[in-house]
Amino acid sequence: MDLEIQGRVVELVEKYGAENIVVLIGGAEAEAAGLAAETVTAGDPTYAGPLAGVPLGLRVYHVVEPEFKESVDPEIYEEQIGMMEMVLDVDEIISEVSAMRNEFGQYKD
Amino acid sequence: MNYSVIKGSSYVLVNAPDMIIHNGTTQTMERLLNPESEYLKALSDHIRSYDEVVNYLPNQVYIGNYSPEELRKYKQPWHDKKLADESREGKFGEIMPQDEFIALIKIVDVFDLVKLTKEFTDGVREKLKNHKLITDDLLALLKEGEEITEIEGLITDHAAEPIYNKGDLVGCVKRAHDIDPSLKAEVLFENLVSKASAVLAALHLLDKSQINLEDIDYVIECSEEACGDMNQRGGGNFAKAIAEFAGLKNASGSDIRAFCAAPAHAMVQAASLVQAGTFKNVMIVAGGSTAKLGMNGRDHVKKGLPILEDVLGGFAMLISENDGINPVIRTDIVGRHTVGTGSSPQGVISSLVTEPLDRVGLKIRDIDKYSVEMQNPDITKPAGAGDVPNSNYKMIAALGVKRGELKREELNDFIINHGMEGWAPTQGHIPSGIPYIGFAREEILKGSINRAMIVGKGSLFLGRMTNLFDGISIVIEKNYGKASESKSVSEEEIRLLVAEAMRDLASHLQKD
Repeated sequence: MDLEIQGRVVELVEKYGAENIVVLIGGAEAEAAGLAAETVTAGDPTYAGPLAGVPLGLRVYHVVEPEFKESVDPEIYEEQIGMMEMVLDVDEIISEVSAMRNEFGQYKD
Repeated sequence: MNYSVIKGSSYVLVNAPDMIIHNGTTQTMERLLNPESEYLKALSDHIRSYDEVVNYLPNQVYIGNYSPEELRKYKQPWHDKKLADESREGKFGEIMPQDEFIALIKIVDVFDLVKLTKEFTDGVREKLKNHKLITDDLLALLKEGEEITEIEGLITDHAAEPIYNKGDLVGCVKRAHDIDPSLKAEVLFENLVSKASAVLAALHLLDKSQINLEDIDYVIECSEEACGDMNQRGGGNFAKAIAEFAGLKNASGSDIRAFCAAPAHAMVQAASLVQAGTFKNVMIVAGGSTAKLGMNGRDHVKKGLPILEDVLGGFAMLISENDGINPVIRTDIVGRHTVGTGSSPQGVISSLVTEPLDRVGLKIRDIDKYSVEMQNPDITKPAGAGDVPNSNYKMIAALGVKRGELKREELNDFIINHGMEGWAPTQGHIPSGIPYIGFAREEILKGSINRAMIVGKGSLFLGRMTNLFDGISIVIEKNYGKASESKSVSEEEIRLLVAEAMRDLASHLQKD
């Protein structure tokens, strides 16, 4: 995850509290999505950015995960993400992101 | 309507192994933040030889020795598929080795900023004598070279940027101002590299296009560099600087910037200028970027791969008046990502692909080949960015399914029949739509395809001025013959019409 974005995550967490934040990932690649999820839960795996060694344990979902899909207007979801659902390797993305969330997430709800 | 035509195109690569280490931003940043890193220590073991670079399949496709269809016959990845005895010359251009290119940087430098050692200059002069496009006049600009001590002094005392070849210091680029950050040596080095690689592409284009140099009226440059001083950081004008060295005495020009989408924007503008009759022949040109060398190097090294971003890319294209033969540029089939389009992939693809096709009653399958972001997946997949062209084709196909133009089970066939594997180096603007122009022109002339869509996309948010995405597309098509000149009205006919009107008026007045 971009170092500047990591910095913004830190700022938002300080301002609103980790328990009030949900991170949504839109990346197209499962591996990259998994890395982003790891960064906001266990900390930056590359040890390069502000989240290196900072296990925030935030709630994190990819937009193709059912938890997110079920919580938004189906029509808007179809319009914005419907086509990409056909294109992306949804199962792999879910497996990567949910694995990080389940292992390192601190807010299990 | 008389569309403009694509009269020719050229594609060049420059192998730049030392520039990966010293000028690629991934490496320069790492050296700044973590000078003892394992990555920097391992880097040199992962750099390929010039011979390996020439024998790398995607590079051979880029210069035209292998076709996209032939590339598809080789299963990915390609870095382990060793070709042998391939030529540095291709029908579209060449793969230049670093030493010759360093000499070219010196040749195109008009401010005496580049200093090369005598020894290096003597050696490379002999090599360049055999280069058919480097004339004696150009070669004379290499001059005699300097003592190494002078170059070392410029680097230590005057913040000059060193130039290395095979690990040895062979020269430097001086700064052009003591404190102006836009004229510091690193920036000038980057700009001179861009200019030199663009000049090389221009020379190849002019050599292959059989056009009189005097007939080119205008040059549009579309790289991603900025040249200027502190009062106009991106003032330009690379285009004119390149035209000067390409010998285009009658040309003027300007630069277009639109991140990776700039070449596609340049095509739309060049085609429009020619079609409108403003200019007869417009050259589009862009050189390569040192900053992007080894951009994904960390991932390549981590996965035991060679550093695959070891070449600078350049291309040039000639857009001319309709000759009734060459493929036309359909300026009435232009797709645009507008401010209101939004950033959802669906919106982006609709605006670039289906919206312009709908306007002229064409379907997704009426385009024989789509040239999208043609990044080489060998480079992007290990870095977690996936197979970029393939993702683009999947999106176009998925949109086709949503619109009922394709059945879901036809998705993969569509990707194979209307798509291609990517072969272009990740040099920003270089992979964006234009790598296929050379092949498209040939295929259309042969009659094996009728239409191709060139799609350019750009990530504008990187400049922090807008969060918007950008993209533009245009269709090139078989030339069905030059439209006949519209009948002009002669002076005599106008006189008769006026006389008739006067007579009518007079008869009305008489009646009154």
